[in-house]
Amino acid sequence: MPASIQLICRLSLLLLLAIPIAAQAQSDDLFVERLELLTANNFKQKEQAVAGLLNLRHPNTKAVLQALLDGRLYYERASKRVVIRAAEDAFSVADAVTLTPIPDASEDAFSRITTNNQLRKNLRGAIAAFELDSPDARVRLTAVREMLRSLDEDTVALLRERVEQERDDEVRAAMTSGIALFDLDNEDAGVRLAAVERLRGSLNSDVYNRLRALIERDDDGNPVEPDPEVRAVAIDVVNGIETRRAFYGSLETLFFGLSLGSVLVLAAIGLAITFGVMGVINMAHGELIMLGAYTTYVMQLLLPDHIGAAVLLAIPAAFIVSGATGVLIERGIVRFLYGRPLETLLATFGVSLVLQQLVRDIFTANNRPVETPAWMAGSLQINEVFSITLNRAYVVIFTLLVFGLLLALLSKTTLGLKVRAVAQNRNMARAMGVRTEWVDAMTFGLGAGIAGVAGVALSQLTNVGPNLGQQYIIDSFMVVVFGGVGNLWGTLIGGMSLGVVNKLLEPYAGAVLAKIFVLVALILFIQRRPRGLFPQKGRAAEA
Amino acid sequence: MKHSVRLRGLKALAAAVALAAGSLAQAADTIKVGVLHSLSGTMAISETTLKDTVLMLIEEQNKKGGLLGKKLEAVVVDPASNWPLFAEKAEQLLVKDKVDVVFGCWTSVSRKSVLPVFEKHNGLLFYPVQYEGEESSRNVFYTGAAPNQQAIPAVDYLMNEVGVQRWVLAGTDYVYPRTTNKILEAYLKSKGVKQEDIMINYTPFGHSDWQSIVASIKRFGSAGKKTAVVSTINGDANVPFYKELANQKISAEDIPVVAFSVGEEELSGIDTKPLVGHLAAWNYFQSIETPANAEFIKKWHAFTKNPKRVTNDPMEAHVIGFNMWVKAVEKAKTTDVDKVIDAIIGIEVPNLTGGMAKMLPNHHITKPVFIGEVRADGQFDIVWQTDGLVPGDAWSDYLPGSKDIEADWVTLKCGNYNTKTKQCSGQNYE
Repeated sequence: MPASIQLICRLSLLLLLAIPIAAQAQSDDLFVERLELLTANNFKQKEQAVAGLLNLRHPNTKAVLQALLDGRLYYERASKRVVIRAAEDAFSVADAVTLTPIPDASEDAFSRITTNNQLRKNLRGAIAAFELDSPDARVRLTAVREMLRSLDEDTVALLRERVEQERDDEVRAAMTSGIALFDLDNEDAGVRLAAVERLRGSLNSDVYNRLRALIERDDDGNPVEPDPEVRAVAIDVVNGIETRRAFYGSLETLFFGLSLGSVLVLAAIGLAITFGVMGVINMAHGELIMLGAYTTYVMQLLLPDHIGAAVLLAIPAAFIVSGATGVLIERGIVRFLYGRPLETLLATFGVSLVLQQLVRDIFTANNRPVETPAWMAGSLQINEVFSITLNRAYVVIFTLLVFGLLLALLSKTTLGLKVRAVAQNRNMARAMGVRTEWVDAMTFGLGAGIAGVAGVALSQLTNVGPNLGQQYIIDSFMVVVFGGVGNLWGTLIGGMSLGVVNKLLEPYAGAVLAKIFVLVALILFIQRRPRGLFPQKGRAAEA
Repeated sequence: MKHSVRLRGLKALAAAVALAAGSLAQAADTIKVGVLHSLSGTMAISETTLKDTVLMLIEEQNKKGGLLGKKLEAVVVDPASNWPLFAEKAEQLLVKDKVDVVFGCWTSVSRKSVLPVFEKHNGLLFYPVQYEGEESSRNVFYTGAAPNQQAIPAVDYLMNEVGVQRWVLAGTDYVYPRTTNKILEAYLKSKGVKQEDIMINYTPFGHSDWQSIVASIKRFGSAGKKTAVVSTINGDANVPFYKELANQKISAEDIPVVAFSVGEEELSGIDTKPLVGHLAAWNYFQSIETPANAEFIKKWHAFTKNPKRVTNDPMEAHVIGFNMWVKAVEKAKTTDVDKVIDAIIGIEVPNLTGGMAKMLPNHHITKPVFIGEVRADGQFDIVWQTDGLVPGDAWSDYLPGSKDIEADWVTLKCGNYNTKTKQCSGQNYE
């Protein structure tokens, strides 16, 4: 396998270093012959065919290889003629040698030339060598990174030549680190020393592995690196790299914890209102989250060409859908059961089953695909060992936004004032002219609406199915009880700390045990402080 | 006048009774086929397809004139993804409906739940899903893959063709992944893989926060040796898992994931972009081009009236199981369970992907093994296949506890015969 990569790289290099292509243009016949090898039903042969094609320096080589990589290279089963398919939708093909379109080609007569992971990796490397000339620095950087995946003498020779002309700092840094990595095998201790020095501070895992290997001892107990000076510097560099890796590792864990925590907070914050402020145990809370997630799905169905906008529009839509459902639940069921927690629990549990079945009947029991908009996919690469996945980062920000808005709503608006008044003393509030029934409905609707908004965020992280809500209901209650019933700040801090603790434990205990540890710790905590982290104080707490 | 009205009424009643009796008589004249697949709950996603498959096979057989001159009649029950309910429904099928054969179950826990029922009432069960092995009952025929027909060949492919040296065994926390990973761990060690090059990880059903696990896989895979993930992650937890892999920029070219529970059905309707290039090991893929497969796909589309419905591996297992049972009944000239059990051993029916599936004395069958890479359209490109057919092995040769155990219902008449102590431990639940 490494031999074949080397071969390809060497050949692609030859191709690049060669005197202008036209002068050496080989006959199309040989090109056709090598193309035909691609139709073999064996990936080893295909790898050889690709190497052979690179060797030929035919002007169409890059187009053919790119098509092969993209899965657009076909061959006619009868004649073994290789063709390039133009677009994905309509089946229109052009001859791979002449690039002239073939009219009336029927898809049935052609077979696609398949690739596997190894072949695709080789192809990327080969195509990268073509792209070192690209005017776009990003393309060059990717090309260099592709080439670094398989370093050999020829690649390094090419890099050495290019590094002089390279203007972009990032690309040049990638090139020099590649060359330095290669120089670690140099016979001259001075060159090795310089290479080790140049790799100082690099976070690349290849660099780390190579340097680690350098300072270890081989099977006979002799050091791998014979020169003591180089070894000493290498140990120093490795220690430096390890410190930085450990630092970014803990930063990563912290981010994971905060992102899990923000999911918990988001799921729990609606409950913090219905359960925390109103004291209603709403077992259908999870299903209100689920409704929000399905709203996102429906919005994407309605706006198939604007996936990102659909997600944004789903936020108010989910608030309305879940909020209205919440008001219905409150007016229809919960209001008859105030002061009877057990009956409320059972009734809302029933509602949760009804909502689940409703969704199953409308959308089937299968999970629904909610697409992630392009701006939410992928990750923000801070450096080679630390990156922040964008969808998680957005959810953290979104959670803080929702939390801030909710806090402002409760403390700055009339509705918020009335909600707090009713929560503290219902009779007194009524005596002051507050329509407590209306406030109850609005509060419940608010909590439900926030649950719907949480569903929009969760649809980007997890599967949207009828059971979505059940996964979060227990966690939500856990967060609210831990944070202290009736306290929004408690929910925020409780959720975040549960998330971080969970992620700290996970690497050591595994996902299953970590969760159990957290639950046990929580039970012990509630034993000691039954009112949670931030208990309500004053007379309201007695009610 | 009054008289005649009453008379007419009586006549109508008599006619109704006669009609009812007639339909009863007709009912007795059919061969009953039980279908024991969850139509609701978490497993409905996978199992509903299998119910439809059996119904299609029955319809087809009836068009051909039925079996032994009788029509086949499906008796469909819904165990609702509830494992104890599986046992209840199995009992109902065997005792009340008196079915002649049952096609059913998906998860191992549901199979384990119905096993004592089938053994107690001497029923006949065809189980169509790949499973962890370590079982052979006289009353069950395993038409899905045993570990040596899926997991072991997949590992061989990665080791020999891809050159993988470090292994992540990731699974959902229940019996199938745990047993399979135990077998794989023993197998890898027998091939000289060191303990430090194996990472094992379990997650709960429906796990959705994969950040730190994927990060640790990334770290594990960056040690300079080619790394692969062998995934026995089951159900919908796969979607966020692959999504997280893509988000953390781990491509199939760097760290391929080979899955044993991800097939066409699981990929249909989800966003497959993050999965492209990852691997699956099965005994059947829809994309395999054979005349038999093309015909089967056409029939399936016609039956479901949906040209986009996909086919998958457990469906083929039901096709093979059903055809074997039909042949065995024709050979025995009766649907009597004992006679069919004897007759079915050695029967061969064609696979949809070429070659013949043969029922072995250990109640497992011979199968080809394919490795496919996920395409953007949710289908698979076949990148490797075994040279010939692999006979299913009920008891793994790589586990210390089961190495010496053999299943043979012809000469030994035993599903778990210990070759060392020369003893048979009898049926599983006697």
